Amino acid sequence: MRHRFRCLPSAAAVSVAAGVWSMPAAGAAQPSSGAARDTAAYVVPRTADGHPDLQGFWTNQTYTPLQRPEGVDKAFHTVEEAAAIESGRAAREAELTVPGTIPDVHYDFTQFGLDRSQSPFARNLRTSLIVDPPNGRLPPRNAAGRRRAAEAAAERERRGGRWDSAENNQLDDRCIIMRGAGPPMMNAGYNANYHIVQNRDYVMILVEMIHDARIIPLDGRGSPPERARQWMGLPRGRWEGDTLVVETANFNGRNPFNGSSPRMRVTERFTRVADDAILYRFTVEDPLTWDRPWTAEMPMKETIGPLFEHACHEGNYGLYNTLVGARLEERRAAEAAAQEEPRR
Amino acid sequence: MTARRRRGPFARTLAAALAVAAPGLTPAAAHAQQTGYTAPRTADGTPDLNGIWQALNNAHRDVEPRAADFSPVRELGALGAVPGGLGVVEGGAIPYTPEALARRDDNFANRLERDPAIKCYLPGVPRATYMPHPFQIIQSRSHVMILHEFAGAVRTVYMEDHVESPADTWMGWSNGRWEGETLVVETSGFNGMTWFDRAGNHHGPALRVVERFTARSPETLDYHVTLEDPNVFTRPWSMRMPLYRRVEPNAELMEFRCVEFVEDLIYGHLRKQVDP
Repeated sequence: MRHRFRCLPSAAAVSVAAGVWSMPAAGAAQPSSGAARDTAAYVVPRTADGHPDLQGFWTNQTYTPLQRPEGVDKAFHTVEEAAAIESGRAAREAELTVPGTIPDVHYDFTQFGLDRSQSPFARNLRTSLIVDPPNGRLPPRNAAGRRRAAEAAAERERRGGRWDSAENNQLDDRCIIMRGAGPPMMNAGYNANYHIVQNRDYVMILVEMIHDARIIPLDGRGSPPERARQWMGLPRGRWEGDTLVVETANFNGRNPFNGSSPRMRVTERFTRVADDAILYRFTVEDPLTWDRPWTAEMPMKETIGPLFEHACHEGNYGLYNTLVGARLEERRAAEAAAQEEPRR
Repeated sequence: MTARRRRGPFARTLAAALAVAAPGLTPAAAHAQQTGYTAPRTADGTPDLNGIWQALNNAHRDVEPRAADFSPVRELGALGAVPGGLGVVEGGAIPYTPEALARRDDNFANRLERDPAIKCYLPGVPRATYMPHPFQIIQSRSHVMILHEFAGAVRTVYMEDHVESPADTWMGWSNGRWEGETLVVETSGFNGMTWFDRAGNHHGPALRVVERFTARSPETLDYHVTLEDPNVFTRPWSMRMPLYRRVEPNAELMEFRCVEFVEDLIYGHLRKQVDP
């Protein structure tokens, strides 16, 4: 395969972006370094309906981890440190695609934007997406959360091996739901792209993978009934000044975000902070998992549209072929065992 | 990107076909005359078609006329039996080529194995519009989103920057425009793997669809769709039906994430056999 050319980010390129991404959200701690841009200067564009205009194509692709890595004891990297991290990660992704290797055949990271360093991505000087607790780490799981995690592990064990059936596979391999949809909307490994369209009464966020449309009503309707529970929950939105606030509950708990329960409640805040950037901040409350709420934030950066149809299930040869392979291996093992038998 | 839609041979054929149906009138004028209703306007000044809509007919079972019939699944008895319908195809029958008609009949005979929607595959256009599930229109100046409950199918209608379909897809590539009261959506770039209904009515990848959404009252739309595929049909043909607003104050699209409902159907034979 060709197309080995890549652009590794330079410190200079990072520093151009740093002005925006070192900027604190309202209520967040001031960064210790980086040139904070004057956010008050930016006038958020309005739709014809007079609402803040969040429309466009965005990505939350990032190298920043949810939790602050062990050994890091500050909230922000310097521009030079961020550039070094990006270069290192991009180089590691490049190594995955050594010609002739399995990753190269399966995913050529230098093509189709799979390599994050080549797509537009949302630069961030933060050392973690989590901004509260201040240590950048998830709060410890409480007793209820630990008990549920143990039960889930036992249930997986009871159901057998991953390749025993389609249902034993991960949700993303089954094309049921991926992490980009959330909420909260976490960066996917690739195709971390979103299309936002607004009318007077709704904000629609189309998630590229797997063509999941979040349809958020703004009309002040009441909470949904307790028993109406869904994979992505049921959202209710409102405008607070320049910010879209979306509260989502009614999760079915089958796609638990970091071990959360169906009682999870996610409050997201979308604020346009530049023509090419939305600050995305979310708070997770789940008393059955964590004794305190926690909050993360990440930039969504303008990217190039359109979003193409991501028909995952329709072309899921991977799942089919792996199950075929697993059954074939079992048959071969059984035949080999049968041949061994007479010699004993 | 190349700007502006090109008027290809299809558009000319279509215009000619419609001119025969309504001599002396442009298609748009013919339409305005038929609804006689002026929709409220959005803040952008376009007809406001926002809302949750649903067809209420038997087109999803068969777009052609059909008498009531047995359930294809014995266990479902009367609940799975197929109600009769007068059809929505203008002129009654789809103008198939002889080979394509034979294929349709073969599809019908083997519909449980072949109907792509049974497997929770994206239903295609126009089938998605009249499946027995609601869909929602969210329109902005530059994009009209048509969001379907079934399989979470999504159509993005580009109202600006029209281009030819960059790649073949299940739901096609849609360029839209306003013609007076009517949202006109031209869709192509299909992969040819979808059907029109549960009766095996079909098309190929060359399908081109022109849909016309026109408000006919505050709570109803007139939906008119013309289809052309020279490899399957002998001429362009059309369907028409009303679409009804879901007027419940709490109407909301629910998830119908049907992949898990069909995993046993698709992959069940590959399940690890456990010794009895």
